[in-house]
Amino acid sequence: MAAVAARGCGGVWRRAWQHGAGGPGPSPCGRRAAASSARGGAVPVGKSGLAPWVPVVGLEIHAQISSNSKLFSGSQVQFAAPPNSLVSFFDASLPGTLPVLNRRCVEAAVMTGLALNCSINKKSLFDRKHYFYADLPAGYQITQQRVPIAVNGSLSYSLCIDNKMSQMVTKTVRIKQIQLEQDSGKSLHDDTRSQTLVDLNRAGVGLMEVVMEPDMCCGEEAAAAVRELQLILQTLGSSQAVMAEGQLRVDANVSVHHPGEPYGVRTEVKNINSIRFLAKAVDYEIQRQIEELENGGTILNETRAFDSKLGCTVPMRDKEGKQDYRFMPEPNLPPLILYDAKSLPANMNHQQVINIDWIHERLPDLPSVTRAKLVERYGILPEHSFALLNEDGLTEFFENVVKQTQMKPKKVIGWILNVLLSYLKQHSLTVKESPVSSVLMADLLNLLEKKEISSTAAKQVMAIKAGNLKVLNKLIGLVQRETQGRSNPVLVKQLLEKKLSE
Amino acid sequence: MAGHRCIELVPQAVTVEVLDHLEQLALVDFRDAEGVERLRKAIQFADQLHEVNTDGVEPMDSVLEDRCLYLREDDVTEGNCANELLKNAREKVEEYFVAPPGNIPLPKLEERETFLKGS
Repeated sequence: MAAVAARGCGGVWRRAWQHGAGGPGPSPCGRRAAASSARGGAVPVGKSGLAPWVPVVGLEIHAQISSNSKLFSGSQVQFAAPPNSLVSFFDASLPGTLPVLNRRCVEAAVMTGLALNCSINKKSLFDRKHYFYADLPAGYQITQQRVPIAVNGSLSYSLCIDNKMSQMVTKTVRIKQIQLEQDSGKSLHDDTRSQTLVDLNRAGVGLMEVVMEPDMCCGEEAAAAVRELQLILQTLGSSQAVMAEGQLRVDANVSVHHPGEPYGVRTEVKNINSIRFLAKAVDYEIQRQIEELENGGTILNETRAFDSKLGCTVPMRDKEGKQDYRFMPEPNLPPLILYDAKSLPANMNHQQVINIDWIHERLPDLPSVTRAKLVERYGILPEHSFALLNEDGLTEFFENVVKQTQMKPKKVIGWILNVLLSYLKQHSLTVKESPVSSVLMADLLNLLEKKEISSTAAKQVMAIKAGNLKVLNKLIGLVQRETQGRSNPVLVKQLLEKKLSE
Repeated sequence: MAGHRCIELVPQAVTVEVLDHLEQLALVDFRDAEGVERLRKAIQFADQLHEVNTDGVEPMDSVLEDRCLYLREDDVTEGNCANELLKNAREKVEEYFVAPPGNIPLPKLEERETFLKGS
């Protein structure tokens, strides 16, 4: 019987037969069976009759709103400032202070809700969620638990089948809701002195929590969905969504069950710091749960942290059982009312009014639309458009080159993706840092089209510009040959370098 | 026709388990029988709400529900007062507030000094 690959949704996982792994008990971290990868390839089937597993993955994503000031106070939002310098009396929860809602944060949430096909609630409410922690000075977080600002949306994302870029499949994940809430401060644990240092700069920064329904089934899907969300947020400008700076945080809810049976107990996985680690963490947790259950164990409804060094999830300390958050309405904030063209009140100060339709009309093209336009306009393949949008500034670079060269866009794209991009990656440069400008590249491609230079030569020029000195020396050698040894190598080098820096 | 809803049960005793749970959650200390009695009286007072027939009535969100929620412009107007804020701190380390290492949960009922144990 053909083995079933653990591939995409609808795929089911079979327990990998671990040669020599010995008796019961989950594999220790790091000794994962090679077959647990979701990236295609046959997974050896275990003992016959072993029932397949269906993994279920849901995500809770917190995106920091890109704004000048915080959600409920006028202190600045900025990464890496002197500790406690961006903190107002309200952020520090001093008695007598009150929350005042930032208009920009509401607009960001409405834009995001519209981009994710949500229904925007014209009336939404604020609540208090109570728990004790040193970086939450008020002892509660203001959030939207009862009626959030946006509900019932969807996000479409794409995956490559079988590791080939040429076969892409589109999937959709439902968005349960988007809510506005406050961020907490930062705790620095000093275990040597048995204390925690608290910096409240981040306390009160506006967050959009995006809740994705458990429609995903593996790490790759989760990663692709989050990547698309990241691009959307960056396109809208509602969040810069840089995971490394904590502007986008993802918690994964993972469970497994047999087909036809009810969902299994889920665990929550936190401390995931990149999209790559998200895929790893989810896949590890799925595998861990399968092994645990097949060995007769049970899954605890617990919170686990992803350890990126070991590549595994571990139970999180400091999480004391089930929390009772004692939600209550935020008594200091009336309901948030949003309007549209029809319900717009006649006499209100327009600064106090948020018009959903006005925002809708001004939404920029979302990534999916931009990709479709690129394919249509330039005749490139869908997977090319994905690659262009995946790298900051690359689309613009491509379009600039196309404008300035006679070479057909379908050929240009190959040079952009296979030559330029790989050189940039090799030297860890961003498109903005590219030593090869779009002008230079267009020139090179024009020479190539007119057959005045060879494709090898063009690649070498680009390589030199991208910093490969070996090629520079080779060019000097070529010049020497051409001039039959009569040229001055030092002068040649200087001339070449000057030419290349133009 | 609006009428009184029956008060279904005699108000239930507030159990030790509930009191222990509250002490853990809210970090309050009922201290003695008088404290517990005050809680019971507060619950009894609030239970009077059950006497009102609310069939077909939309729940009220808050007493502010017909007020306008003021929207502030996204300008930086506050902050930069670390020194003032830290004046309130018992301990500080280089402009950081100092707190104990993580949450130390209240010991379980059997293990802590509370009059609830005697109940």
